Amino acid sequence: MTAAPQKAKAGAEKIEVEVSAVVPLNDLVTRFEFKRRDGAAFPPFSAGAHTVVEMQDAGRTRLNPYSLMSDPADQSIYAISVRRDDEGRGGSLFMHRNVKVGDAMTITYPVNLFPLDLRGRKHVFLAGGIGITPFMAMIAHLERMGGAWELHYACRSKALGSYADELSSRHPNKVHVYYDDQKQAIALEDLLDGQPLGTHVYVCGPQGMIRWVHETAQTHGWPDENVHSEEFLAPQPGKPFEVRLCKSDMVIQVGEHESLLEAMERCGVDAPFLCRGGACGQCETDVVEADGEFIHRDHWLDDDEHASGKKIMPCVSRFVGKALVLDR
Amino acid sequence: MTLQFNTETFRDDYSFRNSDRAIKRFPFPFHEDSYMYSVNMEQHRGGPAGSVFEMRFDVDEHYVSEMQDRALVLAEDPLRCQSLPHMTLAGWDTLELIMVSKSEDYPDLFELHRDGDRWRWINKPMGIDHSFTFLDETTLPCGPLEYITRQAQGDFAVLDQRGEMLYMDAGMVTTQADWSLDFDIGMDFFEWHAPVPLAHEMGIFKRALKFLLNIQQGAPARRLNWTMTVNPLLDTSPENYHKWGVQKTTLTPENIGAKQHLRVELQTFYRLPRSNALLFPIRCYLIAFQDLVSIPKWGRRLHRVVRDLPDELATYKGFIDNRPKMLEYLGRFDDGLPTSPGVWPDLDTEPPLQR
Repeated sequence: MTAAPQKAKAGAEKIEVEVSAVVPLNDLVTRFEFKRRDGAAFPPFSAGAHTVVEMQDAGRTRLNPYSLMSDPADQSIYAISVRRDDEGRGGSLFMHRNVKVGDAMTITYPVNLFPLDLRGRKHVFLAGGIGITPFMAMIAHLERMGGAWELHYACRSKALGSYADELSSRHPNKVHVYYDDQKQAIALEDLLDGQPLGTHVYVCGPQGMIRWVHETAQTHGWPDENVHSEEFLAPQPGKPFEVRLCKSDMVIQVGEHESLLEAMERCGVDAPFLCRGGACGQCETDVVEADGEFIHRDHWLDDDEHASGKKIMPCVSRFVGKALVLDR
Repeated sequence: MTLQFNTETFRDDYSFRNSDRAIKRFPFPFHEDSYMYSVNMEQHRGGPAGSVFEMRFDVDEHYVSEMQDRALVLAEDPLRCQSLPHMTLAGWDTLELIMVSKSEDYPDLFELHRDGDRWRWINKPMGIDHSFTFLDETTLPCGPLEYITRQAQGDFAVLDQRGEMLYMDAGMVTTQADWSLDFDIGMDFFEWHAPVPLAHEMGIFKRALKFLLNIQQGAPARRLNWTMTVNPLLDTSPENYHKWGVQKTTLTPENIGAKQHLRVELQTFYRLPRSNALLFPIRCYLIAFQDLVSIPKWGRRLHRVVRDLPDELATYKGFIDNRPKMLEYLGRFDDGLPTSPGVWPDLDTEPPLQR
């Protein structure tokens, strides 16, 4: 339109931060707090937003999304809580083992793929384990704005119930905690049954829990648009494969423990991305040619698109076969 | 630079004028000698010094008069500003964005002093000095969206984002190119764009929606759009079509240069941080044909664009009946010489009219 066409940069805008606190909450979860290195205030954010944290791990750049769990009204800090995943690809382990107070890090501007529906007359939050984090920000927001809410929080045990005590003592009438090891469980059907018209339900937790909530709500006649969920997928390891990128005119190898997106970035290809968890759609890539089988793991493409073999989300999906050519 | 604000009208005697400076910085929308739809988005991160792209919200010589015209429109028709109940937070987001941007970009004209939620806003051109509590509606004379957009040029659509769709759930619309907020309120993106010809078939709106849904905080975008307006009218609304539509029949070869205006919209797009809504400011710039052709490159190019535009587009933009008269006038400023690429006037390098 005006001058030379500008190429959009991959990923959201970045913020240079310093780690201002590292607070272990229990055996698995640690909270990390950030201050801005330039001393300015953080941008306000909407509850439910995440940030992508850039980790420099021995010459390798790791980019992991984490929900912002601090009070959105507090522009002096951003905080995330990270659950250590001993079986994962190493991002959470790096955070737990290597990140210390005073470290310089880079995070992105907030991106919200799990917003509150502000039309909601009441908001019911269903959290499983580390899925509590976005609700911390949502609760702070609704408390400030005078919105109606309640939380049902399932965790393994009292010892692993991050923030359960804090939330219960602050909001004794709105917070309900369920401990697996005491055989307590959310009575979902009763809960959904008793809600006033205009209630929205939000679930964040393991895949099975998310499916359970969606299916139960649907069976009980809830409109789909009143049931919200967020699940970040971590890329799964898989067999190495080779890809030809036509626009970049190169052939790259995707290793066992890296995603297709990460392999492109390692080879200097400026591929678009945002959430890196199969949800936002930014990295959607056209397939030019494929002789083999796709392992689609994203939430973005629909079943028909998955079956068509014409598109792939390189942040989480993989390929097994003879040849794959992408329009990138 | 100290801005001199014009005393002018956009109705009745139409005393609106562009200064030489305003003519040279006009956002001419055609980067080549022809026009077809495109999503044509770019990042909104400043632009050449003095251009309308430089600041987040451009303030120009028409500011005070445009705000007076808005007040007149609202006095007659309060429904030009609406905000569905869930959009109040987005209204505060809008107020914050505009106050912060203007006080930083034009410190000689606007000041914002913040002490926690206690804010003091000073708007010198409009003579406003107001203290209020952020997020407390009772401390403003009207809702936050109406309050701040009575002090900001251009229309504002505030779009709620739910489930991969945008909804026109709030706005301030008094300088529009023939669309109505009162009619569109609550509609989704495809519904409010339904009247646009050709673009649906071209898949423009699907791509545009996808782009807009992914506009992120800290990374605003912009594009230009355009149409034609007879007389420098800001309020070309469907509600008032009976007043302005008939004026399209008043063009003569003698008055067309002064009466016929190219109307350009600088559209920007911001992700609002607290509400996650999308703010869509639509800023209208008007220029009379006789002023536009004082830039030789623009005179040549506008003639070619108007001449070659598909009939559907000339109809949709409302000037198919006046096209022959426009071409007769503009043809005098097209000597057939090639034009330089891009939208800028290029006064130093483009030759004067060769006739």
